[in-house]
Amino acid sequence: MLAKLSHLDRLEAEAIHIFREVAATFSKPVMLYSIGKDSSVLLHLAMKAFYPAKPPFPFLHVDTTWKFREMIEFRNAMAKQLGFDLIVHINEDGVRDNINPFDHGSNTHTHIMKTVALRQALDKHGFDAAFGGARRDEEKSRAKERIFSFRNSSHAWDPKSQRPEMWKIFNTRILPGESIRVFPLSNWTEIDIWQYILQENIPIVPLYFAKQRPVVERDGMLIMRDDERMVLRPGEVVENRLVRFRTLGCYPLTAAIESDATDLPGIVSEMLIARTSERQGRLIDRDEAGSMEKKKREGYF
Amino acid sequence: MQHVRAEEVVTAASVQDYLAGQERKSLLRFLTCGSVDDGKSTLIGRLLSDTKQIFEDQLTALHNDSRKYGTTGDDMDFALLVDGLEAEREQGITIDVAYRFFATPKRKFIVADTPGHEQYTRNMATGASTADLAIVLIDARQGILRQTRRHSIIASLLGIRHIVLAVNKIDLVDFDQEIFDKIAGEYVEFAKNLGFDTIVPIPLSARYGDNVTSSSANMGWYEGPTLVEHLETVEIDQAQAPFRFPVQFVNRPNLDFRGFAGTVASGSIAAGDEIVVAKSGKSARIRRIVAQGGDLPRAVEGQAVTIVLDDEIEVSRGNVLVAPAERPHVADQFAANIVWFDEQALLPGRSYLLRTETDQASATVTDLSYRVNVNDFAHEAAKSLAMNEVGVVNISVQSPLVFDAFSNNRATGAFILIDRITNATVGAGMILHPLRRADNIHWQSLDVGKQARAAAKHQKPAVLWFTGLSGSGKSTIANLLEKKLHVAGKHTYILDGDNIRHGLNRDLGFSEADRVENIRRVAEVARLMADAGLIVLVSFISPFRAERQVARELMEEGEFIEVFVDTPFDECARRDPKGLYARAIKGEIKNFTGLDSPYEPPEKPELHLQTLGKSPEEMVDVLEGWLGERDSADQLYDGDGI
Repeated sequence: MLAKLSHLDRLEAEAIHIFREVAATFSKPVMLYSIGKDSSVLLHLAMKAFYPAKPPFPFLHVDTTWKFREMIEFRNAMAKQLGFDLIVHINEDGVRDNINPFDHGSNTHTHIMKTVALRQALDKHGFDAAFGGARRDEEKSRAKERIFSFRNSSHAWDPKSQRPEMWKIFNTRILPGESIRVFPLSNWTEIDIWQYILQENIPIVPLYFAKQRPVVERDGMLIMRDDERMVLRPGEVVENRLVRFRTLGCYPLTAAIESDATDLPGIVSEMLIARTSERQGRLIDRDEAGSMEKKKREGYF
Repeated sequence: MQHVRAEEVVTAASVQDYLAGQERKSLLRFLTCGSVDDGKSTLIGRLLSDTKQIFEDQLTALHNDSRKYGTTGDDMDFALLVDGLEAEREQGITIDVAYRFFATPKRKFIVADTPGHEQYTRNMATGASTADLAIVLIDARQGILRQTRRHSIIASLLGIRHIVLAVNKIDLVDFDQEIFDKIAGEYVEFAKNLGFDTIVPIPLSARYGDNVTSSSANMGWYEGPTLVEHLETVEIDQAQAPFRFPVQFVNRPNLDFRGFAGTVASGSIAAGDEIVVAKSGKSARIRRIVAQGGDLPRAVEGQAVTIVLDDEIEVSRGNVLVAPAERPHVADQFAANIVWFDEQALLPGRSYLLRTETDQASATVTDLSYRVNVNDFAHEAAKSLAMNEVGVVNISVQSPLVFDAFSNNRATGAFILIDRITNATVGAGMILHPLRRADNIHWQSLDVGKQARAAAKHQKPAVLWFTGLSGSGKSTIANLLEKKLHVAGKHTYILDGDNIRHGLNRDLGFSEADRVENIRRVAEVARLMADAGLIVLVSFISPFRAERQVARELMEEGEFIEVFVDTPFDECARRDPKGLYARAIKGEIKNFTGLDSPYEPPEKPELHLQTLGKSPEEMVDVLEGWLGERDSADQLYDGDGI
């Protein structure tokens, strides 16, 4: 009788298979590294897939200049520790125009500093495949996306005519200028991610753990004031509260939750009794109906 | 689910114990399929809702969406939970497959919600290819429909062995047992040849939840399981297949390490075991099974590992490490079931790219044995397979593939076909068996080689492929060029479209399929002539890029010279040297290129001759100049001749 693989073993094997398939069939792949928990899992899997070699591709961080400072510290530490090739791209046009989430709103900010910036970086380096950490359980339009998701030469996704994706046979063929976004974590759920982090002891940004942090209550959300660029509105006060984050993005667009979970088992048990989905803390998803699909069609991850 | 989960956590000794319990649960992948409006998406919404997978913010969004797009009056429209694309919500239909995840205390599930519309059959097939069970939905008022049959046949072809026949909307027929029994009986009769291990009919109402998670009070006559009870307990046993390890990637970080990375497709392997490399037949032993964190003693089906052998034998991507006693087929011709996805029909003779999990080869359908009628399984003669049709074909690949029959191994018996020009995935195939003649025909090895034959003629063989509309001037230019080459002492031959059709190809007409075969034969003849050392001038309309590409790939690198004789349609029609345009415009000739049959101009021809306002002599000068440069470039490259 053979040992059966566990649920996590199967998910891990599937992701590793996908990583290797890209390395074998594309000439210039890149992994989008966004520093969050899903990226941490993705990075861990990439290291496993090519062991004892290093992953044969660089890691790209699209820095909006509004990430939590602790995220940037963590990113630099990981790159140093694991010795991977880190590319940081910032949309300098956006910086020159001082695009920011407060004056321009989350939509414009995200579009210019993230979506446009990503397209710039992909074009500049000529990457033909880009790994992302998106999961199908996150959002309705993501539930519809293929593991190997085709993008035309303007980086656009056409959800109405996706290539059939049969078995584990992936069609990796593209014409010059076209590219494929690849999602090795497609079939993982949020609980799988945490369970795997626990099992493999994967380092994550400390912002996921509860700590006293300076927050402002704004529009019913707890926003952490990570630096002086966040100007207080009349009546707002910064107070220290015991909070943590369920997902991480730009600090003005990512709401904290009050929590006393200071370790992984604490986070997991909190998540198990949660009554809202993780994207609820993401302000960008709620701007308009179908907004994730719209962003994705424009080239957002 | 939040409540269920919370209770589980509280009763578990710790979070770790709870998680360990989750880890022990088995996973079932299934899909929902059937005709449009049978309630597939509603059923999944109901499953997610009743197993408490939906969060508060998602419920709020659902309330809003139900008011905006809903089709269920004041009730929540659960279909909107899964129809995630804007176009789907606006039209109230499912276009593409959605994957959803849920768990009960007994099992984890990944469900693929697939579209019912015939035009999106390829997306249903996508969902079915990774599933072990299919829920076939039937509207109790409608009974079995054409799409019910089509989806059942595709599920069967794709290797699904377990069916739940969900007779839905039973509330709309007053929970009538007779109607249920009749539909169930008809389905079992219809499906008796589809090879399903289990067919479990369940009467239910997705909208109201009858027999979904709890037994219905409205159907005392039904004694079977609820849908969820059945999904939680159905046994999916995988057939035990011998060891197969398709090599995906050769890992060579330094000179001391050469590992073969891949996923074990079936069976298992341990360090020290003997394996055989399928394509070469060479054997070796497993030295190490490498993984980060320490070598593994063995690897089993589904595991992604890196294998190091004890012998430096040649293995590359696309090859397969196999059990010595139970070897797969290695052949270049085989029979297969095909499901066709593309708007452009499958044509025998046309070249496609064939891809297995890790291998790729140029492939041609040599014979379309028959098409399957999805209503009555009749085998129908056919010249092509249109979108969403199913058939049995013979396939020939340019280099041998390693495979098993799909019925024995889902991983090593499957392939996809890719269009060479658009790169679209145009079909999916399930291999039935190798064809004998692949084993019996071997290349005759010849002593006098191509080089020797060419050298005797003091020339470099070439195939000049003139393509363009009828009347564009192909034959005129080719004839003039041949005269000049002949005077220069070259050995040439012209293959002309019209002349070939009087002899070699006189059995062919002008349908798309026949045109493809027409070009294939000419390309093969041209190749033999180039092999004989000749300069071959082919003057054929050859309207399709794919066929010209096939011809190009038959020849050696640099030997195929595509000459695009570019004369506008109006000018060709004005010249009309054979009076064909006049007849075609009157409707006397069907499938006339440029009129009711397309001409696909070359994207990167070696030579692009724009003939308007120029004489054939000028064109020939251009050609001669080009050929002269080619020869002198060669001499420089070869380093001799000067």
